[in-house]
Amino acid sequence: MNDETPQNLAMLVDRGEPRSQSRRRAFDRGFLVTCLAITAIAVLALGVLLGSILIEGLPGLRWSFFTEYASRDASKAGIRAPLWGSIWVASICAIVALPIGIATAVWLEEFAPKNRITAFIRLNISNLAGVPSIVYGILGLTLFVRMFGLFGPIQAPELEIGGRLYAIYYDTMQEPIRVPAEERGVAPVLKTGDVGFVQEIEEGADGELIFTDRWTPVTLTIVPEDEDAPEGYGIIEAWQAEEPADFETERPWYYIQFPLGQSVLAGGLTLMLVVLPIVIISSQEALRAVPGSLRTGSLAMGATKWQTTRKVTLPAAVPMIMTGSILAMSRAIGEAAPILVLGVALFITDTPSSLMDSFTVLPMQIYNWTSRWQEDFRALAATGIIVLLMVLLAFNAVAVLIRQKLQRPLS
Amino acid sequence: MRLRPRPTRRPLAGSLIALALVALTGTISAASSDAHSQDLRRLRGSIAIDGSSTVYPITEAIAEAFKKEAANVNITVGVSGTGGGFKRFAANETDVSDASRPIKPSESALCGESGVGYLELPVAYDGLTMVVSRSNDWIDHLTVDELKKIFLTTDPATTWQDVRDSWPATPLKIYSPGTDSGTFDYFKEVVAGKDGTIRSDMSVSEDDNVLVRGVAGDAGSIGFFGVAYYLANKDSVRAVPIMNKDGKAISPTAETIEDGSYNPFSRPLFIYVKTKSSRKPHVKAFIEFYLDRAPAAAAEVGYVGLPADLYDRARQTFKDRREGSRYVDDSGETRHGSLRDVYR
Repeated sequence: MNDETPQNLAMLVDRGEPRSQSRRRAFDRGFLVTCLAITAIAVLALGVLLGSILIEGLPGLRWSFFTEYASRDASKAGIRAPLWGSIWVASICAIVALPIGIATAVWLEEFAPKNRITAFIRLNISNLAGVPSIVYGILGLTLFVRMFGLFGPIQAPELEIGGRLYAIYYDTMQEPIRVPAEERGVAPVLKTGDVGFVQEIEEGADGELIFTDRWTPVTLTIVPEDEDAPEGYGIIEAWQAEEPADFETERPWYYIQFPLGQSVLAGGLTLMLVVLPIVIISSQEALRAVPGSLRTGSLAMGATKWQTTRKVTLPAAVPMIMTGSILAMSRAIGEAAPILVLGVALFITDTPSSLMDSFTVLPMQIYNWTSRWQEDFRALAATGIIVLLMVLLAFNAVAVLIRQKLQRPLS
Repeated sequence: MRLRPRPTRRPLAGSLIALALVALTGTISAASSDAHSQDLRRLRGSIAIDGSSTVYPITEAIAEAFKKEAANVNITVGVSGTGGGFKRFAANETDVSDASRPIKPSESALCGESGVGYLELPVAYDGLTMVVSRSNDWIDHLTVDELKKIFLTTDPATTWQDVRDSWPATPLKIYSPGTDSGTFDYFKEVVAGKDGTIRSDMSVSEDDNVLVRGVAGDAGSIGFFGVAYYLANKDSVRAVPIMNKDGKAISPTAETIEDGSYNPFSRPLFIYVKTKSSRKPHVKAFIEFYLDRAPAAAAEVGYVGLPADLYDRARQTFKDRREGSRYVDDSGETRHGSLRDVYR
């Protein structure tokens, strides 16, 4: 045996021609160039994409593009409603998904026992991350928008919190008057002497009417069928008083109805479903990357499990958690399919001001513009994409700020 | 920011007088057709609309114009598609449903079950255009039977010679809009009918621009899409005249679509209004406004307005609150035919 070993070694060394120094160097350089070329292709593709969008879209990027609503005239159309809709929905999504996602990850990594049940949960979460987002849209439609029909139809919700319901009537001056109502669809019985409210209106410089939030009480006079109704404020003919023209709910920002309907809250929660698995998995990875010595060190000092997680593990993992969250939020903002499935409107002439307001999102508006036959609208779509990228960068900037604020050196 | 005039705080009486003055001038311009209609500026309420993305541009244009006059009416328009729109309509979630085809008997029955009465109002025509490359110099017109040879799975043509003997043996290439689009559905209904199937060896794209480019660059190709796209791309593709029922080869133009001679490839677009909602003053005003503005709005977004007498029929239907669809007969079957024949 001893005799053979040097011989074997010699055989190993002898095998094949010894490679020359220059050949090895050449191979090394070749590998480097290949890597660079592959990277360059990716960067080039991104550059071309961004370049073409910027070239097509930048001319349309005016201030009015942010302040105007959708229009049939491409030169007047703006992105105000989808921009604010996206901001609302993404914010709700972030506010709900990040705490739940990170908490789940902390539980799974730090507290949960390693047994079959938790393994099953882990497996499920990984699978959920791969489910197409449109499926979550369908789930969101039944779960949030319609709530399985448990609370009645969307337009006549059975449970409302924080809103005030009014019935609208028109008086003989054709002025809308609103009267507090008990239940949607049930007309309040109006009597002479009841009090209704007339909206105060201001006249703008260009003759445009400005509707204020101030309401003036007026005493109602109900004129019976057989009498002539004089023209005047608060005078309502009996036949008009029988059925209100419409019902409306005054909605403070905290107003909530069940079912949620096609509201920003329902949209945000649906996107939460989409991103939650991503947030959980990336947070798990982040926690796993924290060196075990930190944990054991902390525990050895007498800290409880909670103190260790709160003061040591989580802070160390925050940078990576935030990176994962950035990716998740980017996906949420760019999603059109789940939102489309919810049946949300595209043409909206208001920005959301309460959780129950209707909304639309940037990807839906961009998609609609690209499908028009007019060249101008397709340029507008490019401008919309620029705005979408800006929103994306803004959200990511916030995440980066949080990351830097919370980042502490590990040592 | 939207320019906001100097806010002048007025006592109620003052503001109402000012309002009355504005109203006087306002009524003249806003409500020219109907003396009894209310001043749009004073209307208050909300209108939920959903449905076809084909009809969406018309509704968007009209909703935008209406919103300028009736600032206090809140309108939302969705794009769930004709079928999806009807589902929401039947579930009492919307007031108006946009549709690029008449309501189906099954959808009508669904509305009946949930107690949703509706009014059927045609608003415009969309003309389907068969297009070939500008370098195609042999095709003069096509009959529906020849289209069947081109598009159906039964004995599909591979060269133009298979379609008509006198044509060259140039290979045939087909460009089609996406199979889940209303345009494809409509084409399929006309060419394949109930039993036929459209062949699948076609270049399919959701993006009509891709179709235009594909057809333009290949002399042996044929494709189809809405007339609006053709009119915008007249320089690169040529519309094929189609032999109509009277045996005349007719090219799609605004005139031939409007007078019905370009058949069978012109389809009517509809809005369906919930009867209960139509009694609300703001919805009533919006629908009347819609029917008045539809011809102009349709032309602006690339469709063709109906002849004036068909709008009159629509107005009458709305005025009489005549419920139900004329495309569904008493026995619950679909009624076929041109808009003029069916919508009486």
